[in-house]
Amino acid sequence: MSDLHKTPLYDLHMELGAKMVPFAGYAMPVQYPLGVMGEHLHTRAQAGLFDVSHMGQVILPGAGAAEALEALVPVSLMALAEGRQRYAMFTNDAGGILDDLMVANRGDHLFVVVNAACKTADLAHLRAHIEDVQEITDRALLALQGPAAEGALEALVPGVGAMRFMDVATFGWQGVDLWISRSGYTGEDGFEISVPAPQAEAFARALLADAAVEPIGLGARDSLRLEAGLCLYGHDIDTTTTPVEANLAWAIQKIRRTGGARAGGFPGAEVILAQLDGGAARKRVGLRPEGRAPMREGVQIFADAEGGAPIGSVTSGGFGPSIAAPMAMAYLPSDLTEGTIVYGEVRGKRLPAIIAPMPFQPTTYKR
Amino acid sequence: MKFTQDHEWLKVEGDLVIVGITEHASEQLGDVVFVELPDAGTEVSQGDEICVIESVKAASDIAAPLDGEIVEINEDLADNPGLVNEDPLGKAWFFKMKLADQSALDGFMDEAAYIEFIG
Repeated sequence: MSDLHKTPLYDLHMELGAKMVPFAGYAMPVQYPLGVMGEHLHTRAQAGLFDVSHMGQVILPGAGAAEALEALVPVSLMALAEGRQRYAMFTNDAGGILDDLMVANRGDHLFVVVNAACKTADLAHLRAHIEDVQEITDRALLALQGPAAEGALEALVPGVGAMRFMDVATFGWQGVDLWISRSGYTGEDGFEISVPAPQAEAFARALLADAAVEPIGLGARDSLRLEAGLCLYGHDIDTTTTPVEANLAWAIQKIRRTGGARAGGFPGAEVILAQLDGGAARKRVGLRPEGRAPMREGVQIFADAEGGAPIGSVTSGGFGPSIAAPMAMAYLPSDLTEGTIVYGEVRGKRLPAIIAPMPFQPTTYKR
Repeated sequence: MKFTQDHEWLKVEGDLVIVGITEHASEQLGDVVFVELPDAGTEVSQGDEICVIESVKAASDIAAPLDGEIVEINEDLADNPGLVNEDPLGKAWFFKMKLADQSALDGFMDEAAYIEFIG
């Protein structure tokens, strides 16, 4: 693991007894002594602290940034109010997804957070289209998630409790600026906090000093986001899936759709607008296997208990500790409605699963 | 008690052998959420993958330690797979089998050898 990048919290992870794994070129904690199940349940019951410093933090300065970035995403950014954040995706000319991202309007600039595994490509993509693109490499990124997140953060940073879901603001802490958004990747209320690297460990320790806060690894991060019905890039979405197929049409505002004032004007608009108007042949759906056997990524889905060709496959799947049952996402023909029974082939046996609404676990965002 | 290199334990009970996985194995697996066992009465050969254990992380197989017949399985594991983490050497036994050749057990590690094996 010596050739891996380390986040500013690497030494803290080691001290906390984390099991480290390589992830997107970084040494990252997959779990701590509490274990994946315990970490997952703790986050839903109290609060979990995640190191997500491997993700890309990018600043697009200037008044023209929103208009320029709108040329790369099917999302309305010119109407994004100052102090607000929005989910978006970079699309390619075929309508596929290059990455998904968060975009915040921080007044004189946009602050963009992209996936670790995509950040080199994303930066090249941005720089090919936008003049001033600044990668932020001197800040850590932490997430504090769960019902006790507000109390734990408010105790250190008075005022954060007044933020609503997807608000962004700057707060001071021990003389440095924290860039805080009320958002996350767990389905819980919580915050994502960009902190200068030299202060990151002290800030993390201050949060962990709260009895309600436990450190949480990538293992529980994955089961939490899956219960919340959230996509993982490279698994549930990629260049072969469009935002409409991925069931992310909610992220495409009317103004960028057919008939809107700024309709189209992003890569793959022809494909994506046609799917918004006429529907896509397949869609990302939730699956609840009827037994206890998890249906993991790659499990093929069939319409019937015997015979026939596969109608789709699982893109993410596992066991949901909070729902105490297996859960999965799959791309299936759009005419199959919720409640339909399909069959996942697990170790040569076709096991029934019901097409179910997502999120699997109700979200608790503070809107 | 005897131990295999696949981290199974084997305990003689009369003319049967009880098989489970070691504490070390259960720790490595993490939280177990699903166990699939063979049917009682199944004839198995050494090395056959006859059980599946799914943890929150991944699926793993358990192989038959020796030739023989599965005579009883632990039905409790279907409803309570977490037993594998709570009591791997006790309540979370997987199956009982009748060996084709009981003396074949002699080739496995004893506890001291197993502890050395896992380092």
